[in-house]
Amino acid sequence: MDYGYGLIGIFILFGIVFVIFTIFFAGLLRPQRPNKTKLENYECGEAPMGGAWIQYNVGFYIYALIFVIFDVEVVFLFPWAVAFKQLGLFALIEMLIFIAILIAGLAYAWKKGALTWES
Amino acid sequence: MTLTLIIIQIIKVIAIFVGLLTAIAYTTLFERRMVAFIQGRVGPNRVGPAGLFQPIADAIKLLFKEEFIPDKANKVLFSIAPLLSFTTAAMAIAVIPVGDSITIGGYQIDLVISDLNVGILYIFALSSLAVYGIVLAGWSSNSKYSLLGGLRSSAQMISYEIGLGLSVVGVLMLSGTFSIAEIVRQQSGSILNWYFFKQPIAFFLFFVSAIAESNRIPFDLPEAESELVGGYNTEYAGMRFGLFYLAEYCNMITISALAASLFFGGWSGPFLPPIIWFLIKVVIFLFVFVWVRGTLPRFRYDQLMRFGWLAIIPLTLVNILITGLVMVLKG
Amino acid sequence: MNLLVFYILAILAAGSAIMVVTMKNIFHSALFLVLTFFSVAGIYVLLNAEFLAAVQVLIYVGAITILMIFAIMLTHQLFSRSLRQVNEQVIPASLITFIFFVLSVVALAKTAWPVSGGQLPEDRIFEIGKLLMSEYVIPFEVVSVVLLVALVGAIIIGRREKSGDTK
Repeated sequence: MDYGYGLIGIFILFGIVFVIFTIFFAGLLRPQRPNKTKLENYECGEAPMGGAWIQYNVGFYIYALIFVIFDVEVVFLFPWAVAFKQLGLFALIEMLIFIAILIAGLAYAWKKGALTWES
Repeated sequence: MTLTLIIIQIIKVIAIFVGLLTAIAYTTLFERRMVAFIQGRVGPNRVGPAGLFQPIADAIKLLFKEEFIPDKANKVLFSIAPLLSFTTAAMAIAVIPVGDSITIGGYQIDLVISDLNVGILYIFALSSLAVYGIVLAGWSSNSKYSLLGGLRSSAQMISYEIGLGLSVVGVLMLSGTFSIAEIVRQQSGSILNWYFFKQPIAFFLFFVSAIAESNRIPFDLPEAESELVGGYNTEYAGMRFGLFYLAEYCNMITISALAASLFFGGWSGPFLPPIIWFLIKVVIFLFVFVWVRGTLPRFRYDQLMRFGWLAIIPLTLVNILITGLVMVLKG
Repeated sequence: MNLLVFYILAILAAGSAIMVVTMKNIFHSALFLVLTFFSVAGIYVLLNAEFLAAVQVLIYVGAITILMIFAIMLTHQLFSRSLRQVNEQVIPASLITFIFFVLSVVALAKTAWPVSGGQLPEDRIFEIGKLLMSEYVIPFEVVSVVLLVALVGAIIIGRREKSGDTK
């Protein structure tokens, strides 16, 4: 492990210190007069109706599920891509099969309507 | 490693950090002036010559704004979210080279914080972390607009992350490396070496995915003000809100720099010093960002998701296969 | 220096793993899980396995935990009540865990850890790509089928949830 990661660590440290410092500094400067109405959630000026932690459209979840699968595919493609120059035709055919199988999956998802939004 | 080298390296880190902050501040001004120009307005021009001190005035205003955390919010996570959002955005700049390596006092110094041999993977890993800042902000506010904005945003970001990842695979195949500095070096010499000319489709797919990934217009549904007030940052005010704002502009800069480095030869160019070339290219991409914002209307959410999954992803896969085929045929 | 970083990361990983199973709020548990995965990625970097570290962050932090968080956010009222992390079976469970712990420690102590000699290859990801296309080509293709099955399964489960007859 070279010191490059150390430099990135220092960079991150700068970022975090900057954020904490600005928030702290702003805390010294800004007025602080909270009242009950101010601390309510914003709902276009009306009194909020119930909490926000309720159930939303499950459609979001299906996207996340499909995303996990395609993310794994991307991860397999990366080392293949950098080595491709030396590998040639055989590797292309292997990847063709790999991608074709996943495209079949994508087509299935599309056919079943998992990728189109319904409410 | 000697003390001199350590000092030079730390000065470099500080310089890049300060440079980044300045760039972010002036990108906000640049965008406001440009959007005003597109819309036939003047834009902010009162503070300083041609409005050049406007970002400073904005910062002072944000510092003096009252902040409050909603009673029903999860206080700890509410405070962590902007920090997470900004640091993940800023971290990505660490692997992008702003110029060729130079020699100071006998040491060879790369003009990049760290040219990791997994540079591109590092950026993708960070972009997958960026989702957390938004999810946390949306969830911890305990506000309906925030949560819906956060959900929309994260679903959008993960969808386009795939397109983003797949679109650079073409470049990776040609270059055979993950190191961004190395990719830039391969493109130096002639304008025809730019990967844009070998991978034009990949570039367009990359840029569209990148705009969507950074939640910008026309893909700014998470903060669609006409339906969601402010999206995930509805409940934020003052400097905490400012940090989300900085993160957004920081993402724009990162994407522009990445597009310039991967497809347009990064710092390489004739006559002018490398850093100037790099900055010119980044500013051009920032202009495209603003131009797109000034021109295009917003997508509908179902259109956005369908576009990502059924247009961008299949096209990137086809692009990869064509690239492979051409490379094999050429030998 | 490396050892120090390792210990920090190891303590962080183990500590946040403990937090995952003891937090009362399931959302907080998920976030501590992120921290665990992240520290493990740090350990991979320390071992010169940058690709594995990036994959760890991309897949585990960026995808799987996001999936969990989505599941939590989309389930009705799951996180507004605090969860009980222990129940009546705490004694038999801790007994079994303890036995398992002892067994693993014994197994760890008895295993000889072979270290393969030779230099690390200069471009490690390149080597991974080459191995994937030559020696491990069959597992590689099987992976795509496994992913396809997972995708189909995910859609079937997702659609049932959509029609609303579960939960």
